[in-house]
Amino acid sequence: MLIDFFLEVRRAKVPASLREFLDLLEALQNRLAFANMEEFYYLSRLCLVKDERHFDKFDRAFKAYFEGIENLEDLMEMLIPDEWLRAEFEKHLSEEDKAKIDSLGGLEELIETFKKRMEEQQERHAGGNKWIGTGGTSPFGADGYNPEGFRIGQKNGRQGRAVKVWEKRQFKDLDDSVTLGIRNIKVAMRRLRKFARQGAADQLDMDDTIRSTARNAGYLDLKMVPERHNAVKVLIFFDVGGSMDPHVRVCEELFSAARMEFKHMEYFYFHNFVYESVWKNNIRRMNETTSTWDILNKYTPDYKVIFVGDATMAPYEISHPGGSIEHWNEEAGATWFQRITDHFRKVVWLNPLPENYWGTGGSLGMTRQLVNDHMYPLTIDGLESAMKQLSK
Amino acid sequence: MKFTGTEKYVATDDLQMAVNAAISLQRPLLIKGEPGTGKTLLAEEMASALGMRLIPWHIKSTTKAQQGLYEYDAVSRLRDSQLGDEKVKDISNYIVKGKLWEAFEADEQVVLLIDEIDKADIEFPNDLLLELDRMEFFVYETQQFVKAKKRPIVVITSNNEKELPDAFLRRCFFHYISFPDHDTMKDIVDVHFPGLQQAIVRDALEVFFDVRKVPGLKKKPSTSELIDWLKLLMADELSAKMLQEKDTSSALPPLYGALVKNEQDVHLLQKLAFMARRRS
Repeated sequence: MLIDFFLEVRRAKVPASLREFLDLLEALQNRLAFANMEEFYYLSRLCLVKDERHFDKFDRAFKAYFEGIENLEDLMEMLIPDEWLRAEFEKHLSEEDKAKIDSLGGLEELIETFKKRMEEQQERHAGGNKWIGTGGTSPFGADGYNPEGFRIGQKNGRQGRAVKVWEKRQFKDLDDSVTLGIRNIKVAMRRLRKFARQGAADQLDMDDTIRSTARNAGYLDLKMVPERHNAVKVLIFFDVGGSMDPHVRVCEELFSAARMEFKHMEYFYFHNFVYESVWKNNIRRMNETTSTWDILNKYTPDYKVIFVGDATMAPYEISHPGGSIEHWNEEAGATWFQRITDHFRKVVWLNPLPENYWGTGGSLGMTRQLVNDHMYPLTIDGLESAMKQLSK
Repeated sequence: MKFTGTEKYVATDDLQMAVNAAISLQRPLLIKGEPGTGKTLLAEEMASALGMRLIPWHIKSTTKAQQGLYEYDAVSRLRDSQLGDEKVKDISNYIVKGKLWEAFEADEQVVLLIDEIDKADIEFPNDLLLELDRMEFFVYETQQFVKAKKRPIVVITSNNEKELPDAFLRRCFFHYISFPDHDTMKDIVDVHFPGLQQAIVRDALEVFFDVRKVPGLKKKPSTSELIDWLKLLMADELSAKMLQEKDTSSALPPLYGALVKNEQDVHLLQKLAFMARRRS
């Protein structure tokens, strides 16, 4: 029961777990929602969605599923066999109902007439009072007025009702694929905080003092600790120029946010891909470069490395010696990149291009392989995943 | 001793293999998987299926490996020394046993659950290497050597928030509980809520036809609401395949099979069938 519904919600990337699905079933068992779609909508959203940014995705999934169900309508009618109608139902009808049926010569008659007219009728029919069609007063057809009319393949009726809650999509702004603002970036980067105590011990450590004093059988033993601060160390490489020009703004935002957030942050620039050298100043980049070997030797493996670039170039720029478009590189970009990933424990790649443009082949696919698939889109969601990976 | 799932827990074949291997080779079993796929529950169900006691150790971000072995309650000792209590002379009065110790000294074999090991500090797994491997440790305060009487079955769960050290991983069997597919989910739902669908459907019909009242229901559902509700509950059975076949003469209609338990249901359903057709 409802398993397809649950799978549909998960397909829409709402992170609902089995536990939450069972909660929903338990709620149904307690009849918290009963024979009312709106109630069910609220209840299922309550159980399955745990963050307002997923509301929109949930609404879309709900709508898709619910529309799918509506199309089952004819099937449902088909699945209830004729005999059920004829054999027993009449006992349960009110006098009023019976009178109505009699006006058409009884139910048997009604069904028979229906079948006959189905056969007689070959063309689409609208209006009138005999043929099966739309908008008429014949008992057969859609949108009609006859109280005991049959409804056949009516498409507009159900859809024409008032807009359902889940169709309003009130939460569409809260989806997290929107581009970043600087505050959002900072919030996302906080995930990377790692507090450590370093430097001079100048704070009183109450817990340790009590413990040591107790161990000391009551003689006071003061313990001091250094102050806590964010000890995470970050190294960022920015791709500049060429295809990165449209993404300058978001890179600037990322850069300034990272600057404020991390005490130990170093940054370097590269063009298209990393080779034997990178640079810190774009104007004098031909003269003042830093050897990539120097970086590997200078920064310890616990630096978290972030590459920012669209990884869009000719594949040989990565795979072949001499592939760089600016200079002759003795060794292939892939070799250099491999050295970096071998040296540093955590390397991620942030890509300003939307994830659905990535594909699996070409330079982008190669880069993704090189970073062990730790490429993330430059959105709040992507940045959060990247930081989570870095902080593991 | 073989684990095949319980009446409350659906274990897939690969999971059964992992559990049975861990039991017979006496290695810790590391279980990863998406939240809510029943990692913690596995240990509980294993314990009940094998008829063993479960000793759960729930890890928090502040948990230290040492706390699983034992703790020296120095503060109590300090207080006792101020009060001149005689107990203070014997340090073993202030050694508080941890979960691992409890599991080691049990006379019968137990299941030890180390829950959400990734919540703890990154060094936590490394600090337990020897203890989990050899199932023994040394208490320095009392110069006492603790060794497991019967090696407990160790189940470790992780939500993958931190990577675990290689040395630790090498000592474990590893199983990833993947998200259940459609059929497994059906089994799981059946195990947790047997007959729920029928019960709800029957309630809906009974309320609709005024057979009885459901407390808290504001108003009787309208026909279209009822039909929508039934479709929602039964959509899984009314699969796309049936839509294509369009042949209902051979088999019993799925609605019939899904909800009819007694004669009263049949009447209700017949009424419903009529309403469905008559509705315009």
